[in-house]
Amino acid sequence: MISHDILIVGGGLTGLRAAVGLCDRFNVGLISKVYPVRSHSICAQGGINAALTNNPDGRDDSWEKHAFDTIKGSDFLADQDAVEIMCKEAINIVYEMEHWGCPFSRFPDGTIAQRPFGGAAYPRTCYSSDITGHVLLNTLYERAVAKGVKIYPEWFVTALCVEDGQCHGVVALDMHSGELVPVRAGVTFFGTGGYGRVYQHSTNSLTSTGSGIGMAYKAGVPLKDMEFVQFHPTTLIGTNILMTEACRGEGGYLVNNQGERFMKRYAPTAKELAPRDIVSRCIQTEINEGRGFDHPLGRYIQLDLRHLGEEKIQERLTGIRKICIDFIGIDPVKEPIPIMPCQHYSMGGIDVNERCATEVRGFYAGGECACVSVHGANRLGGNSLLETIAFGKLAAQAISEDMEGGIPKPDEKSLLKLKDEVEKKILRLTAPGREKPYQLQADLGVVMDQKVGIFRTREQLKQAVDKLPELKERYRHVGVSSPSRHMNYELINALELEYMLEVAHTIALGAMLREESRGSHFRTDFNTRNDRDWLKHTIARMGDDGGPAISYKDVVITRYQPVERKY
Amino acid sequence: MIQDSAYTFKILRYDAKEPERRPRFCTYRIRVIPGLTVLAVLLRIRDEIDGTLSFRCSCRSAVCGSCAMVINGKLDLACRTQVAAFDTDTIILEPLPNFEVIRDLVVDMTPFWQMYDKIQPYLIRRSHAPEKEIPQSEGERRQIDQFVNCILCACCWGACPVLAREPGYLGPAAAAKLERFVLDSRDERPASTLSLVNDEKGVWACDTVFRCIDACPKDVRPTDAIVGLRKAMVKQSFKKILGKAKDET
Repeated sequence: MISHDILIVGGGLTGLRAAVGLCDRFNVGLISKVYPVRSHSICAQGGINAALTNNPDGRDDSWEKHAFDTIKGSDFLADQDAVEIMCKEAINIVYEMEHWGCPFSRFPDGTIAQRPFGGAAYPRTCYSSDITGHVLLNTLYERAVAKGVKIYPEWFVTALCVEDGQCHGVVALDMHSGELVPVRAGVTFFGTGGYGRVYQHSTNSLTSTGSGIGMAYKAGVPLKDMEFVQFHPTTLIGTNILMTEACRGEGGYLVNNQGERFMKRYAPTAKELAPRDIVSRCIQTEINEGRGFDHPLGRYIQLDLRHLGEEKIQERLTGIRKICIDFIGIDPVKEPIPIMPCQHYSMGGIDVNERCATEVRGFYAGGECACVSVHGANRLGGNSLLETIAFGKLAAQAISEDMEGGIPKPDEKSLLKLKDEVEKKILRLTAPGREKPYQLQADLGVVMDQKVGIFRTREQLKQAVDKLPELKERYRHVGVSSPSRHMNYELINALELEYMLEVAHTIALGAMLREESRGSHFRTDFNTRNDRDWLKHTIARMGDDGGPAISYKDVVITRYQPVERKY
Repeated sequence: MIQDSAYTFKILRYDAKEPERRPRFCTYRIRVIPGLTVLAVLLRIRDEIDGTLSFRCSCRSAVCGSCAMVINGKLDLACRTQVAAFDTDTIILEPLPNFEVIRDLVVDMTPFWQMYDKIQPYLIRRSHAPEKEIPQSEGERRQIDQFVNCILCACCWGACPVLAREPGYLGPAAAAKLERFVLDSRDERPASTLSLVNDEKGVWACDTVFRCIDACPKDVRPTDAIVGLRKAMVKQSFKKILGKAKDET
């Protein structure tokens, strides 16, 4: 049995930042199912928001304005105290990352460059070309190496150990040796990422399965606001690779088959830079009403960058140009990019407070797997990178404070019992079964895409909610091809699938019950926001019947009263 | 309708836990539509035909560096390589060279990360941090551009002829990472840190035959870094000879 004061699960930005903040004072271990630099944080392109006022057009910016934009963007579902903490912290975070070597792009005066982004009143998105996630993740990994953080790369956490309201650690699979190892920890922190892969079409890495969220849920930790799923407006058709919002931030147009910049009609002021929920719905409406382009890979809208010129595209959107050439044979300098909206981000997640604490003693979570909530019903571009680092840092501070009275003593017996259960589960999955995990995951993805998508109705949501117990039943018959446990990705996939099904169930049920439209959750049968009945967070707990039991929780409002969102 | 065509995938299989079964090629026949990547086909083979096949992947957009392998003799990321890019309907996949194989296309990258750790791959500052950002001009930022782009996929390691004969060699990626910091206007590492790689297992081992540059999927030129580091070392030793050594500045 391995033992740590604090165990961090996830080697992305949140996990690494928490580890860096804790390793000087505690015996910290970090488990990651991939090498940390392969984590999904690496895929973030456009930037990180902070009111630095470096941009000549952003001199009047302030963290308060950043907070207001974030709250308005959230369609007033975000907890305003948490948003204020994050936006204030943003400035320190960006300077800290810079001091640690992060190679941000620069303005001619030598300051960190900032660009406009959707839903923001000022250009406050700090960036490094279009590889901001890459440079931030590398910088934090470098910091972790400098500090000698103990990392377990390619270890997969199979289950979270919670008993008597306390977390005792996890049971992990060492993917190199194939050994199942109980890991004892006084505190366990999850920075395990989002659940994009429960959808068929997603910009997310194949590793963004949401299994960490499902693991916490199965261990009895409640989830929050799971029905709020962000659909990114601009993803490449076919592969659904992200085409960063910076394409529009730098001046790109969205054009329909009439040659019209249609966003002028929907959001006369912000146009292409309206928040993502709105732009995604507009694109989908254009496509649904026959103003899209036809392609064997699906109907699409054009993202036109040509007027920006080769120099600007090459300098600011280097990666985008390369992706377009490599993956679809189009050079955006010469041709518009064919795009469609698809799943991109998980606003909901493990229910935590602004200190990243859950209701279970010794269990904390941060980043995309958690829901504080700072994004509410819709996240603004540039706020996810911010959230990951801000709450990695704040979690480290909160955990340090909470440990002052002593580190909780984990119970080894509970862990060994859990290890036996996982052992049995793996034996069951490696016995011959009639269901292939891949087929079941594919079927789940189709249900989520078609029934729990951009536009939702009670009827479709009901179908999804009814379908999920059926998929869960099929899961009982899943079997993988090889009983060996080392580098057996089909087995990892099968283990994760159990949790993905739970996550999907909470999304679908939360969406069916919420009879209003707010942010990313749009009901064609209840197409307006209803603050009287629905200005509240959805809480999902594992119910006695195995399905989610839903309750609600108040939104924290400090100084910004809900108003109509106009852009 | 898009026309699909038949392809033959030959994949080198081996499991280090079963050394008695020699490395062997397994053949898969699969119909592929144009535009499909090697990774997309690998996923289909694993998910639909043979669940025992082992390979790494994550982002599928050429940024995470997981899926480096040898594809018809060429080192590249499976996710950014189009099946139709070759003038043949047979695609041969092999694991990255110069590593031990763990299982199938998954190699043990431990030596790669050991070299990464060795060069002190982080910004070293000795001055007090300013209240705001450390100023850096656009030109200074551009100096490190190509090295910042490295995704640590290890294509360069697999391509390196020196590593094929000298397993203790630093390798191209670690050199590129070191140069990324040496060239960073904000870095204040003591000149003596270069001595970590100033030997026959370090930058002097390089054959400068540019295989790493050919192999890099992100247009990084590790040889530039190696040549740059060598120059810095020579300059340093001249200064020492001339008694102008300000080694710790």
